[in-house]
Amino acid sequence: MTERSEGNEPQQPPERVRIDVAARRRVRVDRTLREIEEQTRVGEVLVQGLIRAQLSVALRLSAVVAVLLGGLPLLFAVAPSLSDVEVLGVRLPWLLLGVLAYPFLFTVAWVHVRQAERNEQDLTDFVDST
Amino acid sequence: MDSPFALPAIVLVTVVTLAIGAYGVRFARTTSDFLVASRTVSPGWNASAISGEYLSAASFLGVAGLVMKYGADVLWYPVGFTAGYLAMLLYVAAPLRRSGAFTLPDFAEARLGSRRLRLLCAGFVVLIGWLYLVPQLQGAGLTLGTVTGAPYWLGAIVVGVVVTANVATGGMRSITFVQAFQYWLKLTALAVPAFFLLLVWRAGGTDSLTAAEVPVFPTETMVDIQVDVSVNVVEPVSLVADGVIDGTAVDGPLSWAPGRHDIAQGAVLTFPAGAPVPHADQLDTLDNATWGTPLSTGGGHPEFPLFATYSLILATFLGTMGLPHVLVRFYTNPDGRAARRTTLLVLGLLGVFYLVPTVYGALGRLYTPQLLLTGQTDAAVLLLPGAAIGGVGGQLLGALVAAGAFAAFLSTSSGLLVSVAGVLSTDVVGRGSVAAFRRAAAVAGIVPLGLALQVVSLDVSVVVGLAFAVAASTFCPLLVLGIWWRGLTDAGAAAGLLAGGLLSTGAVLITVLGGARGGWLGVLLAQPAALTVPVAFLVMVVVSRLTAARVPVDVGRIMVVLHAPESLGVHRRAG
Repeated sequence: MTERSEGNEPQQPPERVRIDVAARRRVRVDRTLREIEEQTRVGEVLVQGLIRAQLSVALRLSAVVAVLLGGLPLLFAVAPSLSDVEVLGVRLPWLLLGVLAYPFLFTVAWVHVRQAERNEQDLTDFVDST
Repeated sequence: MDSPFALPAIVLVTVVTLAIGAYGVRFARTTSDFLVASRTVSPGWNASAISGEYLSAASFLGVAGLVMKYGADVLWYPVGFTAGYLAMLLYVAAPLRRSGAFTLPDFAEARLGSRRLRLLCAGFVVLIGWLYLVPQLQGAGLTLGTVTGAPYWLGAIVVGVVVTANVATGGMRSITFVQAFQYWLKLTALAVPAFFLLLVWRAGGTDSLTAAEVPVFPTETMVDIQVDVSVNVVEPVSLVADGVIDGTAVDGPLSWAPGRHDIAQGAVLTFPAGAPVPHADQLDTLDNATWGTPLSTGGGHPEFPLFATYSLILATFLGTMGLPHVLVRFYTNPDGRAARRTTLLVLGLLGVFYLVPTVYGALGRLYTPQLLLTGQTDAAVLLLPGAAIGGVGGQLLGALVAAGAFAAFLSTSSGLLVSVAGVLSTDVVGRGSVAAFRRAAAVAGIVPLGLALQVVSLDVSVVVGLAFAVAASTFCPLLVLGIWWRGLTDAGAAAGLLAGGLLSTGAVLITVLGGARGGWLGVLLAQPAALTVPVAFLVMVVVSRLTAARVPVDVGRIMVVLHAPESLGVHRRAG
């Protein structure tokens, strides 16, 4: 889960060198950050790209929930006989809404966390590499 | 049910809650500690605390009560209560944390730079908080009355005073420990008796829950009528009555023909085993097969079940993000990434919890059907262990659920009070000092207590659902548009808040005061979200477009702060 979060620290080199690298890295990151904060063209594009990516993840997953979960009342309205189907002794609507809805919501949330963190990591990696 | 263990269990929960609160006080030193626990709470603790705070009387008692009354359609309540956190995760959690604001009004001011908008938000925070607090205190009155026979007002006052004192002295740091403890207590208190209930049900031959027959009394049943009630008799039934029935004093056997009968407070009715249960007249008498079928009741709106269902879905899915006591807790995450992980864990914890109330709702029709006669199905969770299991075991389990119910009132009211008091102390009185927070907590607790004592017969879950509708019609559009749309202006936000807020609050007030129950108007007023949420979004967008010149000049910088990951370091300087 956290394999990426500590990836910025390389193998510990000798003390003097490490401070040197860190200092240089900080200057570099600061410059990039200033770009972002001052809304230079590059900075604006960078963050707008991230916002678009995050929004598209959220909208796509919302659509999945709207169709698969939000479609259930319509489905039961269109095909009432579905409500009489029994699975493992439980009627289908009760199984879907009373039990399966919860692992479904958790799975969607898990996918979102992964994708959102990946989008952010992509931006961080890009900033580090410039 | 008179369980001798119930009162000690309730006292124990209350004392332990206070003790954990007192332990936490030692850590709470500055205003920042008080309000947001200095942002050092780990996702595991935080998720338990959020869930503990969130699972209120509506979840612990109300969901089972509604399921018992209305069946398949109201399964959307717990699904929606959970899915609200998914909407929160997808659109709000991480950016909100990164905004660095303490409260919703903070967010509005930081995003749009308007003091007046900030005050408007503060007003809605207080309104939603109070709307949500009233049914908590009422649930407390109902619980204490059910398990001990104490008068209604006593339970409401006990919870009101304990919570106000705890919040005023401990603040949120202690609340985090308390809330985390409360989640696990509530889960245990509901799940353990449910397990035994299922065993009893299986041992008794696994009676069908959805056969084509109306609920019947399983054994000879004595029903105490605590509030005047009218019932609808569908099949002739004979009973023994002692009290005032249909306006005349009766003491002895009685037989009821189909039709309506009025029973006065204080009457005691005894029904023989196997008699069909007369239903309170605001309930349709459903056979169990109809009860188990979706779109048969629409949760009390049988004429428009599809509209009622979708409106409920909209209110609960989108309302959670606008509940003040939920939002304030996201500031205790160390960063945006932790805010996301916390939300994910919350979805898991809630999903586990909400598997259980349905069991009570369904078994309630078998073992405590007299609640369909009195209409007080909110008591199903409290009465089932004693009714179905009996003996010392049933009494002990009954005490356990009573303790869990009290935990639910204590934790949710505490969370609501912290956020209402936080907003009052920073925006209305004082500058957010510890003393101001304490004074505000006292004020924030007294007002809803007064309301709860005035209004006696509101249905717990329905009122909570209305609070969701108001939140979905106000803060949901503000947060979603504020986080994702650069074009939002202070004027647009204010117009949208007012449009959605006034419409939904108006609908809530009319419903609560007993106006329009049937027809299109009735369902629109009782489930307003399908209309008011789109209106709020639309007004916010259109007015923002018309006032595009008011878009904050630094909107680009704000967007960076909201969305850039902390690893870039922009938040150190921006915050």
